[in-house]
Amino acid sequence: MAHGPAKGITRWLFTTNHKDIGTMYLWFSFAMFLLGGVFALVIRAELFEPGLQLVEPAFFNQMTTMHGLVMVFGAVMPAFVGLANWMIPMMIGAPDMALPRMNNWSFWILPFAFAMLASTLLMEGGAPNFGWTFYAPLSTTYAPPSVTFFIFAIHIMGASSIMGAINIIATILNMRAPGMTLMKMPLFVWTWLITAYLLIAVMPVLAGVVTMMLMDIHFNTSFFDAAGGGDPVLFQHVFWFFGHPEVYIMILPAFGVVSQIIPTFARKPLFGYASMVYATSSIAFLSFIVWAHHMFTVGMPVAGELFFMYATMLIAVPTGVKVFNWITTMFRGSMTFETPMLFSVAFVILFTIGGFSGLMLAIAPADFQYHDTYFVVAHFHYVLVPGAIFSITAAVYYWLPKWCGNMYNETMGKTHFWMAFLGLNLTFFPMHFVGLAGMPRRIPDYALQFADFNMIASMGAFLFGAAQILFLFNVIATIRGGKKATDEVWENPEGLEWTVPSPAPYHTFSVPPEVK
Amino acid sequence: MSRSIKQSNAITTLKLLGVVVGMFVFAIYIMPPLYNLFCEVTGLNGKTGGQYQATEIKVDTSRTITVQFVATNNENMSWGFKPMISSIEVHPGEEKEIRYLANNPTDRQMVAQAIPSLVPFNVVEYFHKTECFCFNQQMLEAGASAELPLRFIVDQDIPRQVKTITLSYTIFDVTDRTTLAAASN
Repeated sequence: MAHGPAKGITRWLFTTNHKDIGTMYLWFSFAMFLLGGVFALVIRAELFEPGLQLVEPAFFNQMTTMHGLVMVFGAVMPAFVGLANWMIPMMIGAPDMALPRMNNWSFWILPFAFAMLASTLLMEGGAPNFGWTFYAPLSTTYAPPSVTFFIFAIHIMGASSIMGAINIIATILNMRAPGMTLMKMPLFVWTWLITAYLLIAVMPVLAGVVTMMLMDIHFNTSFFDAAGGGDPVLFQHVFWFFGHPEVYIMILPAFGVVSQIIPTFARKPLFGYASMVYATSSIAFLSFIVWAHHMFTVGMPVAGELFFMYATMLIAVPTGVKVFNWITTMFRGSMTFETPMLFSVAFVILFTIGGFSGLMLAIAPADFQYHDTYFVVAHFHYVLVPGAIFSITAAVYYWLPKWCGNMYNETMGKTHFWMAFLGLNLTFFPMHFVGLAGMPRRIPDYALQFADFNMIASMGAFLFGAAQILFLFNVIATIRGGKKATDEVWENPEGLEWTVPSPAPYHTFSVPPEVK
Repeated sequence: MSRSIKQSNAITTLKLLGVVVGMFVFAIYIMPPLYNLFCEVTGLNGKTGGQYQATEIKVDTSRTITVQFVATNNENMSWGFKPMISSIEVHPGEEKEIRYLANNPTDRQMVAQAIPSLVPFNVVEYFHKTECFCFNQQMLEAGASAELPLRFIVDQDIPRQVKTITLSYTIFDVTDRTTLAAASN
């Protein structure tokens, strides 16, 4: 059993080791993060000034679409799966994931899916241009021919996510060390367990909706085509039945990461562990009954608008419980602000801002004004960038010394944080104002009164992009050398992952640890 | 890995795969019919029902309701399509016939399908059609024109506050769709 990794490229191609696969997931997601980031910078460069400067409107639409798809399915989701692969077995005292071969497969189909998606940019008629939400009939009747490649790419990504989720559930349910009861599991494991169930429930719905599109386009059905008795609004219902749980898929593991990091640097145990578990479960449940708040303007009866409005606002309660618990964990703690903690504290503050703008959007009568404006763009970037992206970054800084045995450069880490923090607020905060003033989303040009705020946003975006290059440099420098990290890395951190040596050996917990 | 863990992993995987298959089937085979049923019950998307069998009922001459007719061409539809009268006054319970005028200005045979929508949504169940050109696809030779009939009854149980009903038809070009279907048959 005690053998090291194989040599050469085959180590990565054939590996069934959870650490190798986790590493590949993380590098892949970082590559996609840069690709999606380049698309975003094309958008921001075009919007730097009013008028059309750099790209054609048709290409601009392809950029907004590809940016959304690559960031959601290529950057955020695989990054969390990578973290789950690395950390869950080490946190619950398991030797590896439950289904190691499937684990290899679920990673290796991803590069093919994204190669296929990216190749549409070079095709005749261009890449998908209908927005990441691909509403029918834009994505069926009026779609470019490359839509079929997009559909198959989504199918493959869905299959990968489903396999990853099955693997995570099987690992958590069956592979825990003796004594590791469910209510003793670290919160990251808990949030991932719930996330994995969400994935199992809704990724097949996504596969279903793109399959229906495929049939409408090629096999003469009319699920979404009014001429044949179908209904385009049905598309939006099915899509958002997937789409709303999907946004929690992207944020629940982030909650878990932050719940691991804040206690370490506040030097206090997490406040309200059990309430965190129940709050996460309630959010997951509520995510299934709020989907139509994305479509208040389709013409719903008042009863429907009221139901979805109140159900949506209800989510603020468990989310508020979580924010309260994080703040209470920090309250009177002896806090220090290393890079992971900086990102986590910023997460709590900025995610809450995103939550508040979400509450504003939940108000059905007001949503008619906000719908499809930059206010919506500001809202979901505030929950995704300082939410999902900041938590992933925090997790990398937090566990990187455990992964590679070296400490990262703290000064560079803090510089990264302040650049990213400043950059993202400059980018996304002005979007609230232009959105409330009526600037619609997904347009390559805008009215003159929005010019100043858009210029600020574009400058912030390039600052944020530059910060990520610094991050990449810091991570590579840490892997190649640096101060040796201790086994504990931080001061008395909680969790089984800190009981193994740094760097974590290729095989950990071949003999299950004893959990008291 | 011990044998019992392997076994429970296999069982967990199978169960979860079952959920995956179930949700896929739910999305494709259950959600669309469920949505249509929901819309039919609530009249939500303004889709009017199928053919109605007229029964002997008393005409309620004490009330008059204005029924307005609207016609829209779907994006690339080249037909001329409009109602011959833009509105008509009816008493609840009374059967009326109006006609839409369609002509095909192109030099090829075309097939069209009209899709109805009615506002206010909550009176859909009180608007009955005994005959409608929207029940079938309409075929027109190149350059031909036709009068398309519509017979309807407004139910006498229609809520008192409703004074105006607007019935809209959007006409779609389904020529390709029908020739494809014919070819595959």
